[in-house]
Amino acid sequence: MEFLPNLIFAILLFTGIGFFARNISKLKRNIDLGKDVDTSDQTKIRWKNMARIALGQSKMVRRPIAGILHIVVYVGFVVINIEVLEIIIDGLFGTHRIFSGIGSLYGVLIGTFEILAALVFVAVIIFWFRRNVVKIQRFMKSEMKGWPKLDGNLILYFEIVLMGLFIIMNATDVEFQSTNSGNIISQFFAPMFEGYNVHLIERVAWWMHIVGILVFLNYLYYSKHLHILLAFPNTYYGSVKPKGYFNNLEAVTNEVKLMMDPNIDPFATTEEDASVPDKFGASDVQDLNWVQLLNAYTCTECGRCTSECPANQTGKKLSPRKIMMDTRDRLVEVGNNIDTNKGVFVPDGKQLLGDYITNEELWACTSCNACVEACPISIDPLSIILEMRRYLVMEQSAAPMELNTMMSNIENNGAPWPYNQMDRLNWKND
Amino acid sequence: MSDVLKVPTMAEFMATGKQPEVLFWVGCAGSFDDRARKITKAFVRLLNKAKVDFAVLGTEESCTGDPAKRSGNEFLFQMQAVTNIEVLNAYEVKKIVTACPHCFNTLKNEYPSLGGDYAVMHHTQFLKSLLEEGRLSIEGGKFKGKRITFHDPCYLGRANDVYEAPRDLIQKLDAELVEMKNCRKKGLCCGAGGAQMFKDAEKGDKEINIERTEQAMEVTPEIIATGCPFCNTMMTDGVKNKAEGKIEVMDVAELIANANDL
Repeated sequence: MEFLPNLIFAILLFTGIGFFARNISKLKRNIDLGKDVDTSDQTKIRWKNMARIALGQSKMVRRPIAGILHIVVYVGFVVINIEVLEIIIDGLFGTHRIFSGIGSLYGVLIGTFEILAALVFVAVIIFWFRRNVVKIQRFMKSEMKGWPKLDGNLILYFEIVLMGLFIIMNATDVEFQSTNSGNIISQFFAPMFEGYNVHLIERVAWWMHIVGILVFLNYLYYSKHLHILLAFPNTYYGSVKPKGYFNNLEAVTNEVKLMMDPNIDPFATTEEDASVPDKFGASDVQDLNWVQLLNAYTCTECGRCTSECPANQTGKKLSPRKIMMDTRDRLVEVGNNIDTNKGVFVPDGKQLLGDYITNEELWACTSCNACVEACPISIDPLSIILEMRRYLVMEQSAAPMELNTMMSNIENNGAPWPYNQMDRLNWKND
Repeated sequence: MSDVLKVPTMAEFMATGKQPEVLFWVGCAGSFDDRARKITKAFVRLLNKAKVDFAVLGTEESCTGDPAKRSGNEFLFQMQAVTNIEVLNAYEVKKIVTACPHCFNTLKNEYPSLGGDYAVMHHTQFLKSLLEEGRLSIEGGKFKGKRITFHDPCYLGRANDVYEAPRDLIQKLDAELVEMKNCRKKGLCCGAGGAQMFKDAEKGDKEINIERTEQAMEVTPEIIATGCPFCNTMMTDGVKNKAEGKIEVMDVAELIANANDL
C-alpha cells in the first residue's frame, strides 16, 4: 500500500501522455492527407523565421497590449514547466520537492515561478475581460459563436485554476514556507489556511495541479490552443517567398508547354497524361497541401487576420479566420470519418467548398495579403482562397460573369478589356 | 507642352542591332485606361528627360495574366505568361521597369519558374535610381509644403516589401508627407486587387475604396499619391464620392514629371 500513490501517479502520467501521443499521431496523419509540397529549401531562413516569429514573438507585439500580455503568459508557461519536471519526479518516486536539495538556488527558482504564476494569473484575467466584458470586436465576429467562444474561455479558466493551484500548493506546504525562501507570493496566502488541515490541502492542490496539467495537455488536441505547439513547425514551414508569389501549377505548365510546342504530334497519346491531376484547385481538404492543413490546426482564432481584411471591414462575408477554422473543422471531420471506417475515407457527400466555405466568401477576396501579414504565426489564408478559386474556375467554370468577360478578353485580345492588341501603343499619340 | 515623346519599340531596336538599357512594360491599364495613359506618358517624359535608352514591346505586349491567375484561371495565366516569355526572351530582355505593381509582381515572382528570369523594377524604384545616379533631378518648387499622403499598393508593399522608394521620391519634392493610420505593412487595399477591379463587390455595407478614401481624408491631404493604375482608379472614384475637388489623386511619376514642368 505504501507505493499506491506512486502507482496511481505513474498510471495517470502514462495514460495522460499516452492518450496525448495517440492524438498527436492522428493529427499528423490528418495533416499528411494534404498534398506534398517541397519545403526543403532555405533552411537557414526557415530556422531564423521560427526563432524570430515563434520563439521571439516578434509579430505578436505589433498589437502592444495583447502582445505584451501574451509574452507574459508564454514565458510563464515555458518557465513554470520546469516545476512540472520536479512534480513528475516527486510523484513517481514518492519524494518531496526533490530539487530543494540544490540549496538557495531552489528558492530563486520557485520564487521566479511564483512571480510568473501571479503575472500569468493577472494577464489571463485581463484576457478574460477583453473577451467577455470589453468585448473586443475581433472576438465577437459571427464565426466566434458557440464552441469557439467557449473554447477561448475554457483555456483561460484552465490557466487561472492551474496557476491558483500552484500558489495554493506552495502556500500550504508548511515545510516549504518554513524555509522562507522562494515563497514570494505564496507567503501572503499561507495565513489564509491557518487552522485548516494544511497537509491535506497541500496534497489535494498538488494532485489537482498535476492532473489539471495532464487534462489540459489532452484538451489541446480538441482546441484551438494547439498553437502553443504548432506555432513552431508552422513558422518553420511558412512561406519564404515574397507574399505576392502564388505557385504556378506544374500540371498546367506541362499542358501549356505541350500546346505551344510545334513539334508535338497533336494526335499522339502521351504519357504526360499521367501527370494531369484528377482535379485542378481545391474543393476539399485533401486537395490542399499539408502546410495549409498544418496552418489550419495551428490557427488559434485570434482574428488579427479578419480585423485587417478589407472585405471583412466593409461588411462582406469573407473572414480569413473562418477560412482557417472551416479548413480545420472539415479536416477533423475527414479524420473522424477515417477513424470510424477502419482507416479509409468513405465519401460523406460533403466537402470544404459549399458545405463550409461559400463561393461568396471566396469571391470577396482582394488578394491584398493583409491577412497573411497580420498573422503572428505565419498562417496563409490567401493561398487556400486562391486554390479554391482555381477549382471554381477550372473545374466548374463558376466565376462571376464579369470575370468570365474579363478572362475572355484576355484570351481574345491580350487585355482584360475589349481593346484590340494592335492599339496598345496608341497612347503615344494622345 | 513639348509633347513629342520618344517611344521606341523593341522591334525597332532589334532592327538597328542594339539593346535598350531597360524594357518599359506598359501594362494593360497603362495602354488602354484613359487615366493610366497619363501616368504612362508622365513616366515616359521622365525617361526621355533622363535620356534613358528604353523600349516598349508595343503591340507585342500582352496581359501578364495576373487578373486571370488571381481569379483562379491558371491555364489562361500560364498561356499568357509563356507567350510573353517567348517574346521577352526572343528580344533577350534582361531588365524590365513597369508602372503597374500587378505586372511587377507577376513578372518578378511568377515568370521565373516558367522560364522568364528578369531584373524587374517598379517605376518608383527606377526613378529613385535615376535620381541617385544623377541622371534626373527634381525641382520641388511646385509641391513644396503640400500635404501628400501615399497609398501603398498591396502588390508593391506587402507583396514585395517596397515601401520606401515612392516615399523617398515624394520627400524629394519638399512636400509634407503625411501617413494614414493604415500605411506600409498595414496599408488598406483600395479594393481592386485579386481581379476585383473587373467585377462588382460582394454584398457588404460599404465599398472598400470609400473606406480607404475616408482613411486618407482623416489626414487632410491635398494629394493622394499612388503607384498603381488600379489604386489610382479606385481612389479617384472614392474622392469623387467623398471629397470632390478637394483632393487630387496622382501617381508618383506624375508628381515628379509635374514638378519638372514636363
